[in-house]
Amino acid sequence: MQTSKRTVQFKIYRYDPDKDAKPYMQDISVELEPTDKKLLDALVRLKAKDDSLSFRRSCREGVCGSDAVNINGNNALACLTDVDSLPQPIVLRPLPGLPVIRDLIVDMTQFFKQYHSIKPYLINDEQPPERERLQTIEEREELNGLYECILCACCSTACPSFWWNPDKFVGPSGLLNAYRFIADTRDQATSERLDDLNDPYRLFRCHTIMNCVAVCPKSLNPTRAINKIKDMMVSRAI
Amino acid sequence: MVKRVITGAHYGLKDWLVQRVTAIYMALFTLVFAVGFLFCPLKLDGYEGWSKLFSSGCVKFFSFLFILSLCYHAWIGMRDIWMDYVKPAGVRLALHLVTLFLLIGYAGWAVRILWGLSA
Repeated sequence: MQTSKRTVQFKIYRYDPDKDAKPYMQDISVELEPTDKKLLDALVRLKAKDDSLSFRRSCREGVCGSDAVNINGNNALACLTDVDSLPQPIVLRPLPGLPVIRDLIVDMTQFFKQYHSIKPYLINDEQPPERERLQTIEEREELNGLYECILCACCSTACPSFWWNPDKFVGPSGLLNAYRFIADTRDQATSERLDDLNDPYRLFRCHTIMNCVAVCPKSLNPTRAINKIKDMMVSRAI
Repeated sequence: MVKRVITGAHYGLKDWLVQRVTAIYMALFTLVFAVGFLFCPLKLDGYEGWSKLFSSGCVKFFSFLFILSLCYHAWIGMRDIWMDYVKPAGVRLALHLVTLFLLIGYAGWAVRILWGLSA
C-alpha cells in the first residue's frame, strides 16, 4: 500500500457539448496524498485542479452506484477501485453505450426505463397481515444475490446486446431485478412477469457472454438470474 | 404507423429451448459418428463403402435428424444476428425470408443427397 505522495497519469474522455465540437482525450496528471487510496479520491483531486471536469459521485463507498465509469476498458465504480492497482496512464471513459451528457456523465434514462419496465415492486393484492408477510429461511435465501443490486449500470453498459438494442432488451441489471421479484414468494404476479419477459428482445437477446458477471462491482451474477428465469419458463411450459 | 418502441411478441422460449436441444443432438451425433468411423467394420475409403454405410435406414434416420437440427439451429442463430444488428423492420424481414428459404433449400438438397447415396 502506498503511504507516500505520488503522481498519477490520466487519460480522460472530455466532452462539453456547449464548447467542444467533438469529444477528445485529455492527458493530465495529479499528485496524490498518502491518504488517497481509491480512484474516486484521485478524481476529486483532479476536479480541484481542473474544475471543468465532470463526473458523478455521492456515497463514496460502493452503495449509491453513482460513480460507475469505464476504467482502463472495464466498467467499475471509482470509489471501490484501488488507484495504485491500475496501470498508468489510467484511461477513463464514460460508461459505453449510453449518450454522454458531459465528460464522464452519461444519460441513464434508457437504463432506468428498462428497470421500471419490469415493475420493480411487490405485487400482492391480498390484505396485508397485521405485522409482515413472512417467508421461510429458504424462501428468503433465494433473494440473496439479487436484492443487493445498486443500479450502477456497470453490467448493462458492458453488454453488447444492450448496446445494440437498449430500447428493447431489458439488460442484465433489469433482468436480475426482474428475477428478484419472480423469486419472491410474497409476489403474486409471477406468471404475468414471465409472460412479459417471454419475448425475443426483452429476455432472449441475452446470449450468455457473461460480461455482466465480470464487471459487477457487487459480485452479483445476472447471468445466473437470467438462466433461472428461462428455467422457470421451461418448467411452466412443458 | 406511429413510431413507437414495441415489445411483447410473446415468443422466444421455444426457439431458445430448441436451439439448445439441437446443439446437444448435433454434439452427440458428431461424437457417435466420429467414434463409429474409427471402429466401423466397413472399408470407408471410397464411394462404395460410404454408400453402403448410408444404405442403412438407421444411419439415414439419424443423419436426417442431424440435418433438420442443423437447419433449425442455424435459423435461430441467423435470426438472432439479424435481430441484433439490423434495425429497419423491412430489411430484417427480407433477411429472415432469405435465410429461411436458403435453409429449407439446403435441407431438401441434403435429403436428396442422403437418399441418393444408397441408390
